[in-house]
Amino acid sequence: MNDTLQVASFTVAMAGLAILVVLPPGVAVAWMLARWRFPGRVVLETLVSLPLVLPPVATGLILITLLGRRGPLGSLLAQLGVEVLFTWLAVVVAMAVMALPLLVRSARAGFEQVDRRYEQIAATLGAGSVRVFFTISLPLARRAVMSGALLGFSRALGEFGATIMVAGALPSTRTIAVAIYTYTETGQQAAAMLLLVVSATIAFGALLLSNRLTTT
Amino acid sequence: MSVPIILDFTLCQGEFTLELRERFEAQIVVLFGPSGAGKTSVLESIAGLRTPRRGVIQIGASTLFDSESNVDLSPNRRRVGYVPQDLVLFPHLNVRRNILYGVDSSVGQNIDPVVRLLELGNVLDRDIRALSGGELQRVALARALMMSPAVLLLDEPLTALDTDLRSRILPYLDRIRDELGTPMVYVSHDASEVRAVADWVIVLEAGCAVQSGPVDIVTVAESPIH
Repeated sequence: MNDTLQVASFTVAMAGLAILVVLPPGVAVAWMLARWRFPGRVVLETLVSLPLVLPPVATGLILITLLGRRGPLGSLLAQLGVEVLFTWLAVVVAMAVMALPLLVRSARAGFEQVDRRYEQIAATLGAGSVRVFFTISLPLARRAVMSGALLGFSRALGEFGATIMVAGALPSTRTIAVAIYTYTETGQQAAAMLLLVVSATIAFGALLLSNRLTTT
Repeated sequence: MSVPIILDFTLCQGEFTLELRERFEAQIVVLFGPSGAGKTSVLESIAGLRTPRRGVIQIGASTLFDSESNVDLSPNRRRVGYVPQDLVLFPHLNVRRNILYGVDSSVGQNIDPVVRLLELGNVLDRDIRALSGGELQRVALARALMMSPAVLLLDEPLTALDTDLRSRILPYLDRIRDELGTPMVYVSHDASEVRAVADWVIVLEAGCAVQSGPVDIVTVAESPIH
């Protein structure tokens, strides 16, 4: 029981952290896709959506290539004394990458629904583009942004393929999905079922909240 | 108090072309004409929301646009108080925060004179959605006035209102003119409204000024085609 609670709280904490990490760049990308026309826009849009269609283990392999000691990011981080792979940081990175497309899609739809007239009139009232974003665009799109964050959080909670590739199934990096797999493989059906119930309950709550935000 | 105004520009939007060659002095200019004549496009060009192909837009001492000198001030630097026909009040802000939106917080400004002028003291903390049509109109005016605009741009401010509300709001416009001295560019397609507020009239048809001059000289048709 203690083990179940520890795995569940670790997973929720990592998923929450992943959303916090991915929220600023995700919202910025969503806003750019909704409001700007620039060369490479379609490429950016496709890149952001890629984790939705790639096999999660393939995304994991890309992350290993980037974050490994010989990888372009991993070697830089190693010089700073930061080890990512097979640590809790790898769990956060994997969850963040998998949550990004859902956050961006929802937030982008929210920004597209904000009537540009509000932004234009705010500008005539003296507001620069940063102030217009933070006082008009973001508050008016906030429900879609929050809904996207909750969707991403739910996706991160259930993340398995990329996580097991970059963080393994170590006691210090075990998430709910990885633990369910491990328990099932080792014949601990009761523990696996308990985690299944915990996982389904948290995900159901997050999705319910996400749907309420977009339908009310 | 009259100010020099130059509206000498060409704006192209798809197949529609707006051509103005107006230079005059006035305090309240009315753009009069039927729907589709280009009245709102003139206001949005002054506000910086549309970019003319060429020409000059100048209000008082401020050159807002001059294609030859490459001057094209961004909307947030033009100091125009624009009240569009659909008001565009911010739905997530209450009345007070709407009115204060254009105020530079580092300078600050006393809200009381404008609130008194437009009799909005009782609704300051209300939600925008809880206001009547006349109150919404006055909040939009107050929001534009609070930024101390160099010019007020009013797009058919009375059209959506019934006769009673119109007769109550017109005096507010008179007070803004008399007490604050803010110049206005005012769009209307109502002849009686033009005679009530204007000191200079530009009659627009299909993107061109067919008449312009002081209100007592220009012939204003009673019913332009809407």
